[in-house]
This record gives sequence, C-alpha cells and structure tokens, in this order.
Amino acid sequence: MYGRKVKLRFLFIVIILITLILTVFLVLKSLEENVVYFQSPSEINSSVELNKKKIRIGGMVKKDSISVKANKINFIITDFKNEINVIYTGAIPNLFEEGKGVVAEGILKDRNFFSATKILAKHDENYMPPEVKAALEEK
Amino acid sequence: MFYSIVGHYSLILGLCVSLILVYFSVKNFQNSKILNTKILSFTFLQFFLVVVSFLCLVTSFALSDFSNETVFNNSHTTKPFFYKIAGTWGNHEGSLLLWLLVLTFFIFIFILKTKDQPIKYKILTLIFQQIIIIGFFLFLIETSNPFNYLYPAPEEGLGLNPILQDPALAIHPPILYLGYVGSSIIFSSALAATSLNLVSKKWASHIKRWVLISWFFLTLGILLGSIWAYYELGWGGFWFWDPVENVSLMPWLALTALLHCILVLQKKQVLTSWVIILSISTFTLSMCGTFLVRSGILNSVHTFANDPERGLFILVFLFSLIFISLFIFFFFHKTNQNNLSSFHWLSKETSIILNNWFMMYFLSVVLIGTVYPIFLDVLSSQKISVGPPFYHKLIIPFLIPFILVMAIGPKLKWIKSNIEDKANMILLFVISIITSFLIVKNFDLDFLLNTILISSAFYLFFVTFRDFFIKKYKNISQNISHFGFSLLILSILFNNLFSSEIITNLRVGEIFENSKTKIIFESISQKKEKNYKSIIAEFKIENSEGINENLTPELRIYNKPNIVTSEADIKTTLISDKFIVINIVQNQDYFNVRYQVKPFMLWIWLSVLLISFGGLISFFKKEYEK
Repeated sequence: MYGRKVKLRFLFIVIILITLILTVFLVLKSLEENVVYFQSPSEINSSVELNKKKIRIGGMVKKDSISVKANKINFIITDFKNEINVIYTGAIPNLFEEGKGVVAEGILKDRNFFSATKILAKHDENYMPPEVKAALEEK
Repeated sequence: MFYSIVGHYSLILGLCVSLILVYFSVKNFQNSKILNTKILSFTFLQFFLVVVSFLCLVTSFALSDFSNETVFNNSHTTKPFFYKIAGTWGNHEGSLLLWLLVLTFFIFIFILKTKDQPIKYKILTLIFQQIIIIGFFLFLIETSNPFNYLYPAPEEGLGLNPILQDPALAIHPPILYLGYVGSSIIFSSALAATSLNLVSKKWASHIKRWVLISWFFLTLGILLGSIWAYYELGWGGFWFWDPVENVSLMPWLALTALLHCILVLQKKQVLTSWVIILSISTFTLSMCGTFLVRSGILNSVHTFANDPERGLFILVFLFSLIFISLFIFFFFHKTNQNNLSSFHWLSKETSIILNNWFMMYFLSVVLIGTVYPIFLDVLSSQKISVGPPFYHKLIIPFLIPFILVMAIGPKLKWIKSNIEDKANMILLFVISIITSFLIVKNFDLDFLLNTILISSAFYLFFVTFRDFFIKKYKNISQNISHFGFSLLILSILFNNLFSSEIITNLRVGEIFENSKTKIIFESISQKKEKNYKSIIAEFKIENSEGINENLTPELRIYNKPNIVTSEADIKTTLISDKFIVINIVQNQDYFNVRYQVKPFMLWIWLSVLLISFGGLISFFKKEYEK
C-alpha cells in the first residue's frame, strides 16, 4: 500500500522517538539519583526524617571549634541558631578558617553529627556560598 | 586620569562609528554594485578606537593609576609588572573591553578578507555584527565602564586576587575570547546567508575557516583554564564538571558538531537548516556562558562583582538576539529542493550525522546538569548541586559507540560506500580487545565496562595511528585531531583507573607510611617576596620500589588582598605526575597534606593540544578534496 520510502521514513521516525524517550528517561533518572541537596544546620535540626543520601551543609565555621588530628579534622558548622559537628578526612581548601563560610558535603550520621567527604573550595576572601548568605540573612 | 578620559571618549566615539556604519551599510545595501570603501575605513576606525581605549586601560594598569576605579579595585603597586598588564583583563570591565576588542577586530578582518562572496552578504553580516557590537558598547558604557574615576585618587589599590596571578591565566581569557567571539562572526554570517538565501556549498567553504579558527582558539582556551585549575586551585584533576567549565564546554560541543556538518554542506547541498541552527546556538551558548558567570548566578572564580543590573542587561540582550535570529530563520530560510536526496546508511554523511546526534546528546546532558539547579532554585527555592557522577553515568556509556563511529566514519566515502580494508579493520579491532583485556586482567580492574571502553579507545588509537602511514587517507588534519582524541580518552581512562591519593595531616618532622608510600615531612622554611610571604615545605617521598623524590610545595600569604594560596609542587614525567599540595588551618600545628600520583597527566594536555593543532592545520591547508 505504502511505498518503501514511506515505510522507511516511518521506521526512522519511530526509532528517533524511542531513542528520545529513552534518553529523557535516562537523564531524569540519573538526575534524581545524583542530585545533592543543600541544607542548613537549622533545617536538619527541624527535619522530621533524616536524609540518608549525600547532602551538603553550609554555614559558618564556629570560633575555636577546629581541631586537627593526624587522620581527621573536627569542626562545628553553625548558622547561629543551630550547629552540627563535622568529622572530616581529606584535603582542606585555602580559605577554610574559623569564622568564615564553609560548605561540607557528606552523609548525616544523626542530627548532630555529620561525616564529610569533601569541603568545597572558595576562591575569594569575600566570597560566601549563596546558600550560606541566604541562611545568615534569615536569622 | 588622562588615559581614562581618552579611553572613555574613544569608547563613545566607537559607539558613534557603529551607528554611522549601520547607516552606510543600509544605504549601500539598497544600491549594492560595489562595496562602499567608506565601510572598510569606518570598520577600521572602529577597531582602532577600541584599540586606543584598550591601550589606555592597559597603560592605566601599568602605571598603577588609582584614579581609575577598575585599576583601584584590581591592582596594587607591589604587584609584578607582568600581572599589572595581565590584570587588565583579570576583571569584569577589562575583560569585556577585551571582548569588544576581539569583536571589532574580527569584523574588520572579515570585511577585509572575504573576497568572492556577494557584496550584499558582506554588508548584511556587517550589520548583524554591528548589532552585537552596539550591544556590547552599551553594556560596557552603561553598566561596566572601565574608566570610572575616583576622586581623590587613592594611594594604593586593592590588589588582584592572587589565584589569578598566574601565567596560564594571564593568556587564558584572550585565547578563550578569540574562540567565543569567533562564533559571533559565524552567527552574523549565518543570519546574513539565510536572509539572502545563500546557504550553499560556496558559503560553507567560506565560513568553514571561521569555524575552524574559533574552534582552535576555544579548544586552546579551555585547555589553558583546565591546566590552571589543575595546579593552582589544587583540585588535583583536569575536569570537575564545575558549572564554569561546563559553560565553556557547551559552545565547544556545538562548534565541534558544526565543524563536522559544515563538511556535509560543503559536499552536498544538504543539512542547511541544521548548519544554521548550530551556528546560531554556538554563539547563543557563548553568550549564555557569559551571562551565567557574569551575573553571579553561578558562583565561581569568574564572578568578579555581582551586579544584578549587568545580569539583566545581558539577559535582555541575549533574548533579543535569539528572537532576531529565530525570526530570520523562520521567515527567510528556504529548504533546498534537492534536499530530498536521501542518505545511504553507510556513507560519510551518515556517520557525520551520527556524530552530530552524539554531540547534541552530550550537549543536552551538560546543559541540563548546569541549568537544572538554577531552575529548581528559582521555581522551588530548593538548593541542589549536580555532581560528577551524573555526567559520568550519562556520558561514558555513549562514548563507546561515539568512538567507534569516529574510527570508522572517516574511512567511508561520500554518498555511498563500503567499508574498505575489512580484514585490517577487523584485525585491529581484535588487537585492541586483546590489549585492553590484558590490561584489565593484569591490574585487577572492574571487568566489563573497562574492557569495552579501553578497547574502543584503543581501536580508535590503532586505526588513526595506522592512517598516518597510509597515503590514500591524506586528510592529515582530521587524522591528527581524531588521533589526539583517542589519546585523550586513553589518558583520561588510565588517569582515572590508576590514580592514587593520600590525604593526611602532618606536623613538621612527622612521617606518614602505608604499604606503598612513605611521606617524610622534613622541614619548613620561610621566604619573603615583594607582594607575599611564603612558607616552603620540604617533603621526601619514598615508594616501595625505592625511588626517592623531593617535593617542595609552598603556601603563599599575599598581603594585598590578604589571601593564602597553595602552590602545588608537581613533578611531571611522561608516565605520571607526582602532585603534592599543603594547607594550614589557623592556630594549628598540623599541615594538611595531599599527595597524588596521577598517571598520564601530561598526555591529557598534549592530546588536547594535538586535537586543536589538527584544526589549525585544516585552517591553513588548501582545499584539495574534490
């Protein structure tokens, strides 16, 4: 009924559509799995359920809270309302200082305890992560 | 003071010349027997004015004239002379002036060098380019004037962010801009060609050189930025899927796709719409990148000063450009009649179309990963970030067919073809599978994905390597670039698989030891330079094979602005990089030490150089292909 050309073209379109749908599905699924949420110490404190996935916590490094040992670094992230203890093994960026903004990525052990796998580098002394800025402005 | 005034008025004059040019162009367009010589002179005058303005800014920086606000914000008398000059484009205002300089330079070259194209086309390209130039003039003068003055002039400037005081970063912006701005010529000329219905083989050969040169510079620019991030930021890697890196990768992907399908247009009168769409999107993506990093939406090294007004301006400008181009595309673009000639499934053009599909897929992955967090923040004020696993998961599996097509595609002929040389191709395929199988077995790696990935990369490697010695495939530029790409993928794979890292905290005199490596922190010493103090640490690394290495990473404490930076010490050999970086936390006696062994780092840089070099050769070679 239809010519060979028409059939071929039809097949072609169907294949494109299927690939397109598959790709969109794949991208969305992967996005869902690999997104890292950002939370402030207060948000964690008031959350009903603990997020077991990797998250980022941002705030200020509390004064006199950093202690460096041979294999780990402990410090406290605060948003001046709530705070959270962080234990970290890994490289620290240049501008990691007490009283300065910080973003740590890792997994929550419980409401007061965070095991970080990465501390994010800042490039500028005046730089503050936008999340931290927002968290501080709220107070 | 004097220089600021001269610079400022040259900018305003430059804007006036733009308007004059548009007037002459429109007049000339209606009566287009010959190109009005005034147009060429005015284009040159405009370029000259921007050069004057740029040199004024450079001089202000060189003389540390702090009555100029830009100089005050970004310079300091104790800064080395080289960085005073490079500091000119190490800030928002200066870098935009540089952008404008390249814009006017390119259109001048375009008018001068375009010979055998219709006059109308040249004029129309000039008009579109002038629209972009006027936009940038206004942006510069209205929202980010580099010549604002301060009264009374301060004694001392605020200084340049020390991490920008680096040779690689001094040349990174100019090179990258040559790439970005080169795409503006492609954009204008594509629009001009569409409006005049000139999208043809001839146009393709003409614009191909612009595509090649922009692509060459863009590749180099990205490479320089990446090398800088590797040793200066101490991230210890070559690519981080940082949004700022992504926004430069997106135009690169679009441009690479364009580079390939312009070849198809050059041979057969097909894919015209696609070429136009790619030309438009390359420049739009470049502008998007500028918008995202300049508006402060993405926080990064490049966010100099966050000013919402600037972001808004670029956004409005960007949308008007997109609107104009879509309007022209839909109303003027005519698909060619012989477009219906179908593609044979096995031919060069089919493989190039496949390449384009992959490129578009990679582009959309990067685009989604970069802008999704922004959208989510605006829509639901939920703050998220998308990490490397997202990109790896979505890109790596598709690299395999991509690489295979890349190996076979160039062997095919136009229109209809058979795979020639089957025996050898299969032989090479078997060899690459065996090689990668042995590697994977020997080093106890994850089996399936690694074998397939390494095999396909080796396959491309062998095929392209063999082609160097075969006379028949004389497309040397393509061969070099594809060979470079196979080298890049191989180096990245081995770099990822065999990298090792030790992160620990040590006091002076302490020793870290594991089964393979012993890190001895021997001593520290201090040194005072003109604009910073440095703490130099002496490390001795012993590995299990008894090879000793002395490494001396450094901490620099800059005085203006007061910032601590780590200078990694890297011992580079052909086989691997040994990378060590230290850091210190205030009031603690421990140093944070990060030691990495990164195999084939050098090859990553070299292979990208090779890729871009292929583009350069193609730019200079005469058209010999029939």
